[in-house]
This record gives sequence, structure tokens and C-alpha cells, in this order.
Amino acid sequence: MARKPSLQAEVPSNVSKDELLKYYRDMLLIRRFEEKAGQLYGMGLIGGFCHLYIGQEAVVVGLEACAKEGDKRITSYRDHGHMLACGMEARGVMAELTGREGGYSKGKGGSMHMFSREKHFYGGHGIVAAQVPLGAGLAFADKYLGNDNVTFTYFGDGAANQGQVYETYNMAELWDLPVVFVIENNQYAMGTSVKRSTKSTTFFGRGEAFGIPGEQVDGMDVLAVKAAGEKAVAHCRAGKGPYILEVMTYRYRGHSMSDPAKYRTREEVQKMRDERDPIENVRDLLLTGGHASEDELKALDKEIKDIVNDSAEFAKESPEPALDELWTDIYAAELPQGSAEENA
Amino acid sequence: MATEILMPALSPTMEEGTLAKWLKKEGDAVKSGDIIAEIETDKATMEFEAVDEGVMGRILIAEGTQGVAVNTPIAVLIEEGESVDDAATESKPAQVQAPSTKEGPDDQGQPGKSAVEEVKTPKPDRSPDYPEGTKMKTMTVREALREAMAEEMERDETVFLMGEEVGEYQGAYKISQGLLDKFGPRRVVDTPISEIGFAGIGTGAALAGLRPIVEFMTFNFAMQAMDHIINSAAKTLYMSGGQMGCPIVFRGPNGAAARVGAQHSQDYAAWYAAIPGLKVVMPYSAADAKGLMKQAIRDPNPVIFLENEILYGRSFEVPDLEDFTIPFGKARIARQGGDVTIVSFGIGMAHSLEAADMLAKDGIEAEVIDLRTLRPLDYNSIIESVKKTNRLVTVEEGFPVGSIGNHISAYVMENAFDYLDAPVINCTGKDVPMPYAANLEKHALITPAEVVEAVKKVTYK
Repeated sequence: MARKPSLQAEVPSNVSKDELLKYYRDMLLIRRFEEKAGQLYGMGLIGGFCHLYIGQEAVVVGLEACAKEGDKRITSYRDHGHMLACGMEARGVMAELTGREGGYSKGKGGSMHMFSREKHFYGGHGIVAAQVPLGAGLAFADKYLGNDNVTFTYFGDGAANQGQVYETYNMAELWDLPVVFVIENNQYAMGTSVKRSTKSTTFFGRGEAFGIPGEQVDGMDVLAVKAAGEKAVAHCRAGKGPYILEVMTYRYRGHSMSDPAKYRTREEVQKMRDERDPIENVRDLLLTGGHASEDELKALDKEIKDIVNDSAEFAKESPEPALDELWTDIYAAELPQGSAEENA
Repeated sequence: MATEILMPALSPTMEEGTLAKWLKKEGDAVKSGDIIAEIETDKATMEFEAVDEGVMGRILIAEGTQGVAVNTPIAVLIEEGESVDDAATESKPAQVQAPSTKEGPDDQGQPGKSAVEEVKTPKPDRSPDYPEGTKMKTMTVREALREAMAEEMERDETVFLMGEEVGEYQGAYKISQGLLDKFGPRRVVDTPISEIGFAGIGTGAALAGLRPIVEFMTFNFAMQAMDHIINSAAKTLYMSGGQMGCPIVFRGPNGAAARVGAQHSQDYAAWYAAIPGLKVVMPYSAADAKGLMKQAIRDPNPVIFLENEILYGRSFEVPDLEDFTIPFGKARIARQGGDVTIVSFGIGMAHSLEAADMLAKDGIEAEVIDLRTLRPLDYNSIIESVKKTNRLVTVEEGFPVGSIGNHISAYVMENAFDYLDAPVINCTGKDVPMPYAANLEKHALITPAEVVEAVKKVTYK
């Protein structure tokens, strides 16, 4: 399909070819993974709720580019992209979606509840906005232990109208917690547009009441997200407290798989896909800048497709959890792994 | 290679739908993400996107067809250059059937697992909480709780206390008096009045490996934080397949104080005890308050520690030991007797012991069991005692419907039915919001006289 040439088909001088290729690869992995998840859902292999991240890939990929080892991340139920971006295995994520033993939660969490101590991914939370104070709590622990880790706390424009967000803003600024609040503004809280739910629509501006700096970022441009993320992270690491990034993005698919999508027009979605697609945007940069050839990108596409197909096969073949798993992991018998000593 | 496109399931419950409209016709190129059809379910019309690329080879189900079962082939996608007829013979289904889910909960679940396996009662743990001859000291419940927290904060740098007025104000009920001076503001953290916020921050800190003690000024206010206690703290270990432990203590006064009305007088014991993933402690004496609080802080799981404002100032003998803890799930026989078993916990113990004194004067010897922890619950001690007395009365301050007593009654009926010589009676608070008027409040609460009356009923005296 013909696309309008991007306005900024020139790679900024501070971004290397390798970085750009990595962003392209990571975003494409999320896109293809989510498409496959949608397919498996249609086949009845994935049950319940399944919220796809298609369209929003640049947000998490741009911010992960600012993270260092030890930094933490926590998000809502639209979490598959965040897990892939922080290095969790596609196989483990897909097998969790199919509710199998090989999933990150042994099949006991599902799409909305996955975690990885190793990758410092703290979920995967099904209650809108609950992850916001939890994320501030992760940052509280880092500050308490005196390290310079930062926590990325992701939530949507819908969650931004929950009261606990503002209780958290207040305490996070009061105690200078190193937390980047990332509002992924995809413009729809389920089926309710921001205009229909929110009087003052600049969400980042709400931090002002608490003394928290913030800004709005183009979430369809991974380089813009990364640049803003670096600023936010530097603020947090310097001990200056939290920072708010309102990242303007768009989800192409429904809120969940069972979304009739009657609250917006097909043209609106198509226009976004045609003109602002974050992956096509980077593809243009790579090609027009002469950083990669069509053939190289084709090979990359194939590599991604193989990873995703492999994850789907694994997720189908991994056995269902043993029945005695019903009764395990209700109580921890010992200290949890990765407790304070590791974070110190 | 041709691929069959199957009728998709567009919601968790969809079994069939109407193929309302084809948006691609035979011969059209299809890209991943293109909308190829509209599918109508009983709830809505949804768009169906292509996942694979290719050319629409053949449409198998005409638009307008109703009752198309999920997973029925509805079209064949072929690769460019491939002929449709090849496709008809070569096509392979692109999907596999979902795993069978026909085993019902009866096959795999073990509802009432604990109940079933308790047919023969193991001997309860009757070991003493501390060695005989231990030097004792007299202290209030308040002092015992404070001492327990201070000792654990000394012992473990990751333990900290947070809540409203815990620091500079020295605690709304003076439980944390002096702790700020001793440990400083890093470890004794005054919070704003933001229950859901600080309960969530505490829970997050626990997920990251700290050991927070979160004080609620009273558990009535914890209702605002309920989502984090239940959904974030209690369930995360399970939802993460055992990866994310949450070592946190939520503590504060619970139950009725005096003349504070309905919103500040409620016993939440049965609420929290209903939740797998939580441990629930409700001590009566100062010794138990101390030993159980130290145990709670060391426990790797979320612990609900239910204190009582009226008991804070009462004095008890506490063992003068360097490190005194009491394991969870071990009831205490507060008084021995052979005529009836009274099971209680928390302030209910005060009423039960007073009733036992009154009953003794009438020649009835009651065995009084203090559960101390409600989850885990020491079923064995109850059964053992009922086998001896054949009569059971439960005593608690909470509401009657869905009470701890209800649960114990059901358990005893299932596991010791033949030992009962009378129906079990549950003494509880009345089924009304707490009134303010002094005379009404008195009637809303459980009293020793009511316990005596219940015992007389079950002993047919």
C-alpha cells in the first residue's frame, strides 16, 4: 500500500542504525505477536479477556530504550507488549495466554496477570489504575534501599480518572519517589472517548497541582518517545521525584477481543494506520536513510514471524497445568525470591 | 499453500453467529489486518480481520447465513498465483481445536478439601507457647504491640511502619509511640489520608521485597483500600505462579469501640478470613498480641492483624523472652472444662471468659478456646474439644450472617456430627448497623449473659 512519505524521513544524528533496527524489530515483534494472539483467540485457544497492543508499540519500545538493569515496570491488563519489550520470552507469554504450564504464571494468571522477577516486570493488573500506587510502591522500595533505579508505571487515559492516581501523585511527589508515570492516551477508555469522559483533556497537566512536571509526547514516533523518556528518567534518577509522560497513541483494535467498535469510524482507524503507523514510520527512516535494504527488512520480518509462530506452537503444545497446581502458590512458605537484598 | 479461514469466536461465550457481510470478494488481495467480514452475534456486530496474507480464493459461507458454528471453515485463502481448485484439495485447517474442557470442577477441584481429609482428627499442637518457669512481665496490649514492632524493626532493616499519624502524632491510639524517635522518618512514615493510595504503595513496596507494616487508623477505613488488600496483596502470588510474594502486615483496631456509631464499629474478621492468600490474626491477650505480631512481620504473606481499641489498655502477663513468637494456626485453651466448648477470638474472649466464670458458679465447666488466628484456623483443637464436651457455642462480635461461627458450625457438622449432643449455637453481634444510643448499643453487642444463656440451651440446663 502506498504511504505518504514521512515528514521526518531522516534519522537524527544521535540515533544509530543499530538502535533504529532494534526499535523496528521490537515493535514488529509486538505487532506480529498480537496478531497471532488475536488469531488464537478466534480459534478458542485463548479464553476470557484479551487486550491487544496493536498501534501502541512505539510507547513501550521507546521507553524501554531508556531503562537500565534494575529498573522496574508495571502496567495494566493490556500488557503483552510491555512484556515482550522488556525481554520476556514470546513463548512464555503466549503459553500463558493459552493457559498452559509453560506460561509465565504456569497458566494461572492469564492475559492480564503475568509477571517476571528476572525482568523486573511486576504485572499485568486487571483492576483499572491499581497498578499506579503499586508502581509508586516499587519506587518507594528503591528509594528506601538507596539505589538509583526507576519504575515505569503505565496506565491509560481511562485509568487517569480514578481517584487513587491522585492519591499516588501526591505521595510520590511528597516523598520524591523515582517513578515515571506513563499515561498511554489511546483516546478511548473502552468505548468512551476522552472527550466524552474528561473535561480537561491534558492529562499530563494534572500533575501540576501536585508539583509534578510532565509533558505530552507523540506516541506514534518511537524516537520522540525515547527522547522524552530520557528526560523523565534523568529527572527521577537525580532524586527529583516523579515525572509524567502523556504519550498520545492509538489502538487499532478493539478494547478487548469482544469489542464491536461502534464508537469510532473505520475511517478514523484506517487514517491512523495509513498516516501515523509507528512501525511504518521507522521502516521509512531505515529505507530512505539507506540504513537497511528491502531484503534485509524482509529477512527481519521472517525472523520475527518465526519467533511468533514458534511461540504459538509452544503455546499449543505445552500441557495444561497439573491439577495439583490448583492448590499451590496460595501461600509462600519462605521468603520471596528477589527480595530486598537483590535490589540493594 | 491454501489456508482455511474459520468462523472466529469473538467473545468468550460465542458458539455461533451470523455471517452478516463479506467485505472481500473472491479474487481480492487480502493483507494481514484487513477487515474481511462482519460477523453478527447475539450481542453485537463485529469486524473480522485477516491474520494471514493472500488472495481470497473461495467463499464457503454466503453472507447472510445464520447460525454458523465457531470454527466452521468460511473461506479459503490462497497464495498469489495459486489456483482456487488446487486450494480445494490442498487446504488445511489453520487452526486446531481448543483443548477439551469437559472435566468439570468435580473431577479436578477439591472443594472442601480440608474438610474431607479431616475425618480422623490429628492431634492438635498443645505445646506450650513458652517454656515453663519463664519470667513474666505485666504489660498492656498496646505496649506489647509496640514492643513487637520495635523488636522486628531492630532485627530487620526492611521492616518499616506507614500510616496516618503513626509518626509525629505518636499514633492515633499510641501504638507507635516513640517509634519515630527511635527509628527516624525513613522507617516510620506519616502518610496523608489516602487509604487506597498508601495501601497500594505499601503493597508495591512489599512486592519489591520490603516488609511494610501498614497501619489503618481503624479497619473501617480499610474498606477504601480493600481492592489492594484482596486483589493486589492476597492474589498476586497465585496469579504469578509463585513468583511474587507479598510480605506485608495490615494492622489496626477492628470492631466496635464505644459510642462511635455505625461507620466506626464493625468487626471484619469473617470478611478477611474468607480470602485465600491472606492470613488473619485476631489476638486477645497481650502475650498473643506480641508473639503473633512478631510472627506476622516475619511471615512472607500478607497478614491482616485485627486489634481492638477496648483491649489496647488491658494488662496481661507477657513472657520476658528475647525472641518470643507464636506460630499461626495454633489455638490456645484459655480454660479447661468438660461440659461445653466455647470457641472465640479477639474481644469475644473477654465475654467468653466472663461467661465461663458465671457458668462455673452454676456447676457448668466450660472449655474456652481462643482461636488467635482465623486463617489458618486450628480446626483440630475445636474437634478435639467437642469430642470431649459434645457441645459447642461460638462467640464473636461480628454480624451473624456468614460469620466465623457459621463456618465452624458447618465444619463441626461435617467432621464431628456424631459427637454433638446439641445443635451448635453461634453468639454474634446483632444483625443491625451499630446504633449510637448507649442503651441500644449495649443490646447490639454480644454480652456474657447471652453466652451463658446459649450454654444453658446446649447443655439443656
